[in-house]
Amino acid sequence: MLKVLKSGFYTTVQDKGRFAWKHKGVPVSGTMDDMARHRVNTLLENPSDATVLEITMTGPTLLFEQQTYICLGGAELSATLNNEPIENYRVYPVAQGDILSYGRLEKGFRGYLGIKEGFVFANVLGSTSQYIPLTNKQCIKEGDEIEYYPIRSFDPKLTNLKVGDYLENQELRVNPGPEFGILTQKQQEQLFDLRFSVSKENNRMAYQLEEKIGEHSITMLTSATLPGTVQLTPAGKLIVLMKDGQTTGGYPRILQLTKESISILAQKKAGDTIRFIYG
Amino acid sequence: MFPITVKPFGDTAILMEWPQKVDEAILNDIIGFQEFLKTVLEAKWVMVPSYNSLTLICQNSDFEFTGFKDKLLEWYAAPRAEFSLKRNLWKLPVCYDLDFGLDLETTAQKLVISVEELVQRHTSHRYTVYSIGFLPGFMYLGGLPKNLETKRRASPRLHVAKGSVGLAGKQTGIYPQDSPGGWNIIGRCPVPMFNLNRKEPCFINVGDQIQFVPIERATFDLKIIEAEVGIYQPEKIVLDA
Repeated sequence: MLKVLKSGFYTTVQDKGRFAWKHKGVPVSGTMDDMARHRVNTLLENPSDATVLEITMTGPTLLFEQQTYICLGGAELSATLNNEPIENYRVYPVAQGDILSYGRLEKGFRGYLGIKEGFVFANVLGSTSQYIPLTNKQCIKEGDEIEYYPIRSFDPKLTNLKVGDYLENQELRVNPGPEFGILTQKQQEQLFDLRFSVSKENNRMAYQLEEKIGEHSITMLTSATLPGTVQLTPAGKLIVLMKDGQTTGGYPRILQLTKESISILAQKKAGDTIRFIYG
Repeated sequence: MFPITVKPFGDTAILMEWPQKVDEAILNDIIGFQEFLKTVLEAKWVMVPSYNSLTLICQNSDFEFTGFKDKLLEWYAAPRAEFSLKRNLWKLPVCYDLDFGLDLETTAQKLVISVEELVQRHTSHRYTVYSIGFLPGFMYLGGLPKNLETKRRASPRLHVAKGSVGLAGKQTGIYPQDSPGGWNIIGRCPVPMFNLNRKEPCFINVGDQIQFVPIERATFDLKIIEAEVGIYQPEKIVLDA
């Protein structure tokens, strides 16, 4: 078991998410930064969708009760194993009684803890990702115990990975969304000329952006939305839907982030700036 | 056959759109085409029908848009065997008790009718499920009679109980889970709209119809117990489209 001594700001159990129930209103969920999950699991030689912990802003303190191998990724959160600093994208053995804790947030916003063979967590509708009310809890709490397989020996093919500095990347690649064409010429230009800053309203459901691109009064019938869909509210505000975002919406869908850009945005916090890049 | 368009929706999805109207003939055409697609598409595709659109989402890999668009248009244009579209009419019990219908009296007053008349109007219509989204098991229902249209509450409630039945604007519906909400609450439905203990957590499909049936408080209490132990069986009538 992995014992949660402190939960951190917002730590959740995630895999790649649940896809097959979108038509019944169930969000995809899953890791916000899929690239980080994929890389961590690759180093551990896990399937890419093995269950990891997603650690937001302030990390938890975790006690390992069995030996295994771990790998961190995503945000840089000054992690230490038994008070010794450890780095992202490197496989570390952990022994029974080892304590993983986190310090200052250095870069990015969401860190990931991968473990050899993945965490063992209740599978609900095809995914272990926490999402209320499908799962009992929406994040992990102090005192929780999370199961994993004890692993005595593992000889990774790759012990570490150099990852380009996407945490500082401010460019989000987008394609036009289905309603892009309803925008005025000026609004279209603004979308690609302006820098947008992340509002305080940012979470696993959606990222709101501060700068507005002009009001509109276009109404449309409710239609499907995806993680990475950029909606335009009547007041001219942009809302980027994320992994726990609603499955349908009635606001014009003006842009669609690429998968990679969803990972980049997932590493942004309130006040960070981004810009949209076509294609 | 309707004039339809097929657009890319990011690099993982395709959006098929029918004329922008709330129209049962359009919805039926979409559901019929979706049933056909289920027989030809690989399992990696997830389909989300809603009002005048059908979104096809590719779960795990990219696809080549242009070729796929042509294929979809070809399938849509091809003469298809008539699908015996099985649509259901669900009779959902609602208890219009004042304990549950927190805004029942004020809503009746706003509409200048009695509570009995409001319940009578709400239960004498069939509503069509045009979309499911927003929350797991939340239905967007069409067909609210004009004489039940009301403004939403001036200030939304932070907590609306699961099963609450609301009225707002041209919409009526059921909150599938405890959530904040601004609709006028007129009753409560004891049947869970999303239940993980069932093989099919949400028994309702887009295209189905709903009729609300008034029940007494005692029946409501009984149905809540049935729901808790998972033996509820909502009444269903199979309709031919």
